[in-house]
Amino acid sequence: MSNNLTKPETTMERRDVLKLLGLGTVAAATGSIISGDALATPDAAAKLISKLSGTSSYKSGKITLKMPEIAENGATVPLTIRVDSPMTAGNYVKSIHVAADKNPNPEVASFHLTPASGRAEVSTRMRLAKTQNVIAVAVMSDGSVHRVSRTVKVTIGGCGG
Amino acid sequence: MAKKPRIKLPKSVSQGQVIQIKTLIPHKMETGQRKNKKGGKIPRFIINKVEATFNGKPVVTADLHPAVSANPYFAFHARVTESGTFKFVWTDDKGGKVTTSKKISVK
Repeated sequence: MSNNLTKPETTMERRDVLKLLGLGTVAAATGSIISGDALATPDAAAKLISKLSGTSSYKSGKITLKMPEIAENGATVPLTIRVDSPMTAGNYVKSIHVAADKNPNPEVASFHLTPASGRAEVSTRMRLAKTQNVIAVAVMSDGSVHRVSRTVKVTIGGCGG
Repeated sequence: MAKKPRIKLPKSVSQGQVIQIKTLIPHKMETGQRKNKKGGKIPRFIINKVEATFNGKPVVTADLHPAVSANPYFAFHARVTESGTFKFVWTDDKGGKVTTSKKISVK
C-alpha cells in the first residue's frame, strides 16, 4: 500500500501541517471563524484516497476536475468530474472518490457508476472550509486508478462555526 | 423528513442516447460541526446516499458526506436503451427515505 516515492514528502507535509494546526488553535482562541476542532490534513486526505481506491499508485490524465479557481462562498462550490471512458460493459469507470485536504473531515463524496451511466461525468456542490486542495480519483473496471487535484481559493469558509 | 426533490430529465429520447439527469433535494445537511447558542454541538444530520435505478437496474449511487453542500445537487448521466422509469432514492442519517420516479420514453 505504501509508495516509496511519496513517503518523504508526506512526512514533511505532516510536520508543516502540525505547525499550521498550532497556529489554527491560536486563531480559534482569538475568535476565528474556524472552530477549535482539528482539521483534516493532506496526509489524512491522501490516506483516505488510497483506502477508497485500494492503491497508492495513480496515473494522471483521463480524469478532469472542473472547479472555480476562486470560490467566493465556501458553502456551495460547484464541481464536475469527468472521466474519459467508453462506459461499455468491458471498460467503464467503477467509482469516483472526492476528498478535500483541509476540511474538518477529508471525505466529500463517492460515486459508484455502472455501464448504464453512459458517460462518466458527475456534478455536485461542496463545502470548503478554507483554501485547500480537492482531490478526485477514478477507479476503472480494469483496476487502474487515475488521480487529479486542484487548489481552490476560498474567501468565506463554508463549514459553519 | 425532507421536502420534495426536483428532477430534470428529458421526456423522450432517441434509443441509445446518453442524457444528463439533474437532481436536487431540499435538505439542510447539518454537518455536526456547528454549535448552538449554548455552545453545544448541533448533531450531524445529512442525506448520506442517493441512488438512481432504471427499470430496477442500478445506474449510479452516490455516498455523500457532510462536505456536500446544503440542498444536495447531484447530476449524472445515463444511457437510455428502452422506455421505462428512473427511480431515485435519497437516504438520511436516521434511515428516512425519499423516493421519486420519472418516466422516459424512447422515440
